[in-house]
Amino acid sequence: MKRLLTRHETYVFLAIVAFSIVITVINPSFFTLENLFDLLKSYSLMGTFAIGMLFVLISGGIDISFTAIATITGYTIAVLLLKYGESLNIVSVFLIAGGIGILLGLFNAAIIYFFKIPSIITTIATLNIYYGILTVVSKGKWLYGFPTWFGDFNNIRVFTLYTPDGIPYGLSIITVIWFALILIGWFILRYTILGRSIYAMGGNPASAQRAGFNLLGLNLFVYSFMGLMAGIGSVIQALLVQTVAPNSLVGKEMDVIAAVVLGGASLTGGTGSMLGTILGVTLIAIMGNGLTLMHVSSLWYKVIIGFVILVSVGVSAYRNKRSTRKHIITEVN
Amino acid sequence: MLRKFSHFLVLSVVMVFIMLLMWGFTGNDFMNLGNFQSMAYQMPELGVLSLAMMIAMLTSGINLSIIATANLSGIVIALILTNTLSADNGSAGTIWVVALAILAGLIVSALVGALNGFLIAVLDISPILATLGTMIMVSGISIVLTEGYVISGFPPAMLAIGNGDLLGIPVPILVFLACAGVMSVILNNTPLGTRIYLLGSNPVACFYSGVDNRAVLFRTYIISGIYSGVAAVIMISRFNSAKADYGESYLLLTVLAAVLGGVSAAGGFGKVSGLFLSLVILQMISSGLNLMGISNFLTLALWGIVLIVVMVINYFIENQQQKRRIA
Repeated sequence: MKRLLTRHETYVFLAIVAFSIVITVINPSFFTLENLFDLLKSYSLMGTFAIGMLFVLISGGIDISFTAIATITGYTIAVLLLKYGESLNIVSVFLIAGGIGILLGLFNAAIIYFFKIPSIITTIATLNIYYGILTVVSKGKWLYGFPTWFGDFNNIRVFTLYTPDGIPYGLSIITVIWFALILIGWFILRYTILGRSIYAMGGNPASAQRAGFNLLGLNLFVYSFMGLMAGIGSVIQALLVQTVAPNSLVGKEMDVIAAVVLGGASLTGGTGSMLGTILGVTLIAIMGNGLTLMHVSSLWYKVIIGFVILVSVGVSAYRNKRSTRKHIITEVN
Repeated sequence: MLRKFSHFLVLSVVMVFIMLLMWGFTGNDFMNLGNFQSMAYQMPELGVLSLAMMIAMLTSGINLSIIATANLSGIVIALILTNTLSADNGSAGTIWVVALAILAGLIVSALVGALNGFLIAVLDISPILATLGTMIMVSGISIVLTEGYVISGFPPAMLAIGNGDLLGIPVPILVFLACAGVMSVILNNTPLGTRIYLLGSNPVACFYSGVDNRAVLFRTYIISGIYSGVAAVIMISRFNSAKADYGESYLLLTVLAAVLGGVSAAGGFGKVSGLFLSLVILQMISSGLNLMGISNFLTLALWGIVLIVVMVINYFIENQQQKRRIA
């Protein structure tokens, strides 16, 4: 119990429960399986990006360019789908998008590692480079009219239930993909040497290097993993809206970072967990969804999200301060 | 010392190089008074915002809320102007209303700055998170105030700030030069400036040398807020309107401009002169490509490439110097 109270995740979870109760009291349709499945599907995109972002933040870096990477991978697969649509399948689409994402991520990592340029600077620069070049090449055109199999995949449900009115709903395949990615990410972070070394590098890169960790390899892995998630995310986005627009993702970097940070990942590296990240995404998701269901004007949405972020980081900063003070006192004694 | 000097040198060389390149590509379209004048109209928005970003970065922080702050204070100014000056546009009192409206806008931006300062200095929230939160909240307030619409239609006195000229020199560049001058004085000639550099390079040492770190941070973010407010004045005057989401793409560009200008992301280093050169470089690329009829988005890409190239050059110079020092 005491251990639970010291964990950031507990507080995020309590906030989620509190919000859910309030929303349900005002509008009972919040607490239905139908709404839950809908939410899970529509926030799979943010959730996928968040997994990659978590890895980068734990490693002590940050990646602003992932939206531009996702724009490039999304656009590439859209062009391919329109050209060779019938000869492709969903696996190859994911592979192509993921592969390009990995390459662009590797490029980020190489610049960050070899020239010792801070990750935030590098990725701001590459964001502009990737996004600028893509917009010039694509001329800002929207792409749609994908093959039918691509649209059908979006509607696959692992199991189907019916509302009293006979409208089908259920667990979407897209949510399942997101869950699988979560499991993979969680496993890597928790149970592999690779995952533990990412924590080590984020906690203190100098000592990690002296302890014999291969920082180049770790950097390459972390940023290419972010690129992979960006690539997969772009396919999810294309599946969800069946349209690829060059300007639909860039500018949303901070939303994802906010979600991961709400979940307890620190921007100085070394801390953060998959559970926290999921909770952070969930909190943002139910706030957005809940405000709509409570008939709060969407105009207020950002004010409330911003306020919740400030309160949350404020509380955790305050708790940090108190715990360090306690720590100092015990050390002196 | 050597490091900062060399960065200034690198920037100067890059600037001359780009100027010659643009001259070569576009000929006298680039090298004429008219083009330099239009550059002087375009640069100040990003320029003043970059100054706001720079001072926060010097303390090893960052201020992600500058654009949101600018939009909010722009909206406050616009609301005051459109609500008080519907009928009598030409009267002598207009200029006072404009002045008061601008003052109100600056106060709002200072208040947002104070909120950031409180969160960062008193509550010890890391700057990137605190300002991310205020960014989202403040832009939300702007949306609530405007209901997402554009507010437009300002009196001539307001429009003159963004579009007028004094003896052929555009007013916005004068505003920018004044802002840069004030910033330079604050940083170089006041105790606050010295403390900002000290705090940025080593907060612990700064604290133990008797500096009240909290007060320094608090003031830094208020100044950063006020500069966002000044940028708002230029921005809404040039657009003749205010909206909740104007200039959102500027946010990361201000970081880019500051870093290109030699402001260290880790804090403690950076001069107004470097930032000025970097802004001129960025503006020349953008104007030159524009003259060649090339898409704005390629400009973004080139800005990114220039940033990386300059950082890489710096890396090699620093390496070289370190080797020499060891030898």
